[in-house]
Amino acid sequence: MPPQLKTLIPLFAIFITLFLVARYFLVPVSFGDQGHYRFYSVEENKEKVMQYAGKDACTECHDDKAEELSSGMHANLSCESCHGAGMIHYENPETTNIVKPDERVFCGLCHSFNPTRKDKIAQINLDEHNIDNKCIECHNPHNPWE
Amino acid sequence: MEQHYQHLYEMLSQVHGYIYPNEIDLQWGLLIVLYPYITGLVAGAFILASLERVFNVKVLKPTYHLALLTALSFLLVATLPLVSHLGHPERAYEIMTTPQGGSAMAIFGFVYLWYLMVVLLLEIWFDYRRDIVLWSRTTKGFKGILYKILTLGVTDLSPKTIKWDDKLGYIITLVGIPSAFILHGYVGFIFGSVKANPWWSTVLMPVIFLFSAMVSGIALVMFIYMAVSFLRKQKIDMLALDTIAKYLFYILILDFTLEGLDQIHRIYEAEESFEILELLVHGKLFITFFIFQLFLGTIIPLVSLGTLQVYKPKEKTRRLIYLASSLLVLFGVFFMRWNVVIGGQLFSKSFYGFTDYKLNLIGSEGLLMSITWVIIPFFILAFLLWLLPPWKKIHDE
Repeated sequence: MPPQLKTLIPLFAIFITLFLVARYFLVPVSFGDQGHYRFYSVEENKEKVMQYAGKDACTECHDDKAEELSSGMHANLSCESCHGAGMIHYENPETTNIVKPDERVFCGLCHSFNPTRKDKIAQINLDEHNIDNKCIECHNPHNPWE
Repeated sequence: MEQHYQHLYEMLSQVHGYIYPNEIDLQWGLLIVLYPYITGLVAGAFILASLERVFNVKVLKPTYHLALLTALSFLLVATLPLVSHLGHPERAYEIMTTPQGGSAMAIFGFVYLWYLMVVLLLEIWFDYRRDIVLWSRTTKGFKGILYKILTLGVTDLSPKTIKWDDKLGYIITLVGIPSAFILHGYVGFIFGSVKANPWWSTVLMPVIFLFSAMVSGIALVMFIYMAVSFLRKQKIDMLALDTIAKYLFYILILDFTLEGLDQIHRIYEAEESFEILELLVHGKLFITFFIFQLFLGTIIPLVSLGTLQVYKPKEKTRRLIYLASSLLVLFGVFFMRWNVVIGGQLFSKSFYGFTDYKLNLIGSEGLLMSITWVIIPFFILAFLLWLLPPWKKIHDE
């Protein structure tokens, strides 16, 4: 065997062994258990504090609002789409409250005119439509066409 | 809330027509333009070196080692634009420790490592081993220690062992040519396989990337050979330079033909995406595509190098033409990468609108960072030329 290979082969063998040893220590525990990811991360994510409570949680106390909502055009919207994450309020209803947005621009997020929006979403020009009033003065956000 | 609207307003001011929200900001910027560019320079420089070694083009001898060292200098930097784009250098090793076999991008770590460790470093070592051993005996100080380490303890200079250097180096070059093709064909494959993007998705993409890589690598070695000769105040070997220019011309023709074929095919097919792509190349890419890539980077070098194949003016004039052509080709191939990477993200996949690309000056994705990654290989090359000067090697012939 040529002397070059007598040196190079062991060198490459050492390199590959070092790589495998490093890999053994660097790959996180549970990696690959259920797929190409660290399986324990699922548990870690489960432990995170929940922010959103969900529509059912809101209905437990606000069944009147839920009923009002279900009969109108916003029936498919989640409460927290407009009122923000509500878990803290759900857990401490006496001391905390959810947000109640009432600015015109907030409604405009969905209802300002945009040619790419579907026709069935009512659209207005915020600069022209009843500019001195807030939207909620005329429209009940839980049932806009009542 | 107000600042969100302000941000949204700023974002929307860079949009024309209809565009999906996730298309407004480009995900891949200048650094991702540099990545295929630098990788291409490596592959091209190596293929030029292999012309001398495997295909026995002896007149290229003066540039053989220079081409190898150039390839190594740029290869050492090739991954760094990706690292600074991704922004988590402390996690970079994970591409090697937890490889995802089903992802072409994730395999790059191994393609790169193979090319660096098995091809380039070994080939340079076999080529230089005898000289390194000799230099280690005569050089003192830090440089002497470096040479001693680089011998790896193989100090045998018997004719039989030296013959083995040559044989093993030859085998490595043979392995190296398909490896160079894989290295750069792979980069083209990444873009060509994005089926949702009509500007990228073509099976010709790996081949086009490969040929443009060869063109840019050869142009780079041509430029560096002239620059190094000028700095060392040495006479340029015009026969070698004429031959490099000849190969540059031939491969430029192939590259031009392939890219032309791709565009003609696109125009003739005129799929549903054609209108937006036509607006793209005539609008936002007009300067970088027609003027930079096609006219300055391809047609002018083709005409000037082609003319020199039939009419040979004085050496000085030829040198000037070669210098200008190599720089123009490097410029043109850079904008070819630009047009692919940036161009492919400027139009909406709805085919109804465009966005803009704003290049920042500073920051991890900015212009200064990109310039840094282009300049560093030249410093590495200067170091390698100081350590392993091809002109001090012992030549057998």
